[in-house]
Amino acid sequence: MSEIPHYLKEGFLSVEELKEYVGLPSEERLRQRPVAVPECPQEIPCTPCAEICPTNAVLMEHPNAVPVVDYEKCIGCSLCVQICPGLAFFMVHYIGEKAKVTMPHEVLPVPQVGEEVVLLNRIGEEVGKGKVVTVIPREKSKGDTPIITVEVPLELAWDVRAVKVVRE
Amino acid sequence: MRLSEHPILNFEKVRGKEVTIYFEGTPIKAYEGETIAMALHAAGIRTFQYSTKKHRPRGLFCAIGKCSSCLMKVNGIPNVRTCITLVEDGMQIEMQEEKPLLPKTKKPPKWKEPPRIEADVIVIGGGPAGMMAAIHARDAGAKVVLLDENPMLGGQLVKQTHKFFGKREQFAGVRGIKIADILEEELRKRNIELFLETSAIMLLQEGEEKLVVGVRKNKELIEFKGKAVVVATGAMERMIPFENNDLPGVYGAGAIQTLMNTYGVKPGDKVLIVGAGNVGLILAYQLYQAGVKVEAIVEAMPKVGGYFVHAAKIRRLGIPILTRHTILRAEGKEKVERAIVAQLDENWKVISGTERVFEVDVIALAVGLRPSIELLHQVGCQIKYVPELGGHVVIRDSRMETTIRGIFVAGDSAGIEEATTAMLEGKIAGIGAALGAGVASPEWLKEIEKAQKELEEFRSGPFGSKVLEGLKKVVVE
Repeated sequence: MSEIPHYLKEGFLSVEELKEYVGLPSEERLRQRPVAVPECPQEIPCTPCAEICPTNAVLMEHPNAVPVVDYEKCIGCSLCVQICPGLAFFMVHYIGEKAKVTMPHEVLPVPQVGEEVVLLNRIGEEVGKGKVVTVIPREKSKGDTPIITVEVPLELAWDVRAVKVVRE
Repeated sequence: MRLSEHPILNFEKVRGKEVTIYFEGTPIKAYEGETIAMALHAAGIRTFQYSTKKHRPRGLFCAIGKCSSCLMKVNGIPNVRTCITLVEDGMQIEMQEEKPLLPKTKKPPKWKEPPRIEADVIVIGGGPAGMMAAIHARDAGAKVVLLDENPMLGGQLVKQTHKFFGKREQFAGVRGIKIADILEEELRKRNIELFLETSAIMLLQEGEEKLVVGVRKNKELIEFKGKAVVVATGAMERMIPFENNDLPGVYGAGAIQTLMNTYGVKPGDKVLIVGAGNVGLILAYQLYQAGVKVEAIVEAMPKVGGYFVHAAKIRRLGIPILTRHTILRAEGKEKVERAIVAQLDENWKVISGTERVFEVDVIALAVGLRPSIELLHQVGCQIKYVPELGGHVVIRDSRMETTIRGIFVAGDSAGIEEATTAMLEGKIAGIGAALGAGVASPEWLKEIEKAQKELEEFRSGPFGSKVLEGLKKVVVE
């Protein structure tokens, strides 16, 4: 039973696992422009990310293969984040002491640009607060899913994967 | 309670004219287009009947007309399936007594020769498999008729708010509810004759032809005669044994999806989900979207059974998944008030002292499905027990034809898989039926081969291996 990976026992990827299964972009690349990171380590029959990518940066040998992003080819357009049926694609961009994290947001309320939101990590723990800098509403998203970009402290770039909107 | 705001759905659009129904004489607000069971839930009524021997309360379980826990007396008629019967203004709904009798004052419907509908291909079931079968049989040149016992087309697609996997040409990235709309539009474009609220109660061989006996709206007998039949009757939710698993508030996962996603009715306030397969994981996410608190998912296996990405979606919203845990019992008087959960050891035995109490009013069972094969069984198709496919399934060939010539099967009734594979099987069965009926040209064989290849591809990953093992046992050439 020891072969069961942690992420399947617990239902979330640790950053170490992410590094091992997916491989992270270099710091240099992260500072250039946004880059798409697939958090999709399991072989499932699914290909929309590879099909929609305008630069063929999402590599997939067969329809059940795990998506691998060629970070140099990725232009940070977010189409994969929009279309992914598993809501498993994210974009990360380092700017100074901050990082911008782009993620799907399919729950209500959808935050507004400029709004401060509670940042959640991969197990839903509150890890801080961040500011929403971009919102692609559902109607404009390729995959019928609203996409938001949140500015977070740099050290949280690889932890924050959801937000909670708290309004009085 | 009814839902108003939802990130994906707009219920104001679906709700029809307001009507009044009466539960034990008390007026209840309902909307045209919704079923009796949904209106009762919206009014907070959970107990629908009492068991005959021990007088235990019973409520909704499957919500798609497959079990009998929602039977009630409607306008004096006992044993009406309230989960698939639409409300009508002034309806009188009553809980059933010990042994419901037919009312003496009511006369049975007058016997007359039932109307006979003739077609080349009869499709039973309007879900993804049935709709695809009907569309392709029609395109291949057959006159097609489709019947479904539910008031709406789409089968289980109508409550799937999540986006589908697969290839984009197979609707990947599109929500199930949207796929239901697309298929229905295609169906209606082709002038395929539709019979909704019509239960197929019998499937017979009549000479060289097939006869399907249907009952519309619980009272009108209709006969369907055709050269070929596609049975796409779906599946039914499994139950697992635990103390008080019959309490109102213990639902099949699909019933909760029907309540909140199809009819916009809040199933409860706090939920415990049993089973971390795809259905349980997706359900948790949908409950969160509807504003319902999910206390936890318990899973007896040591790992998440469904797609990891579905698990990640709910974990980051703070919903725990307890692997190697099981439900011991439900507690409550008239309905679920709490659930007792415990940890399992490596031999699947409960570890004493690990009991935990969850204060919940809903327990959702997402512990698997079994194929609905009653009609195929009754007409005499050869059947085999194949656990990899979810239970008893029929022997068939690679074109989905059963051991009785002219009878085809598709979708979950052929073995539990996914909507994507159900649609591909439906396409194969529909074309196969049109060929079998002698109305399609042999060119259509190419389309069958194309769909077979796509099926093979979809099943080629680790998630398809179990199904492939099962298929080896039932697919004959």
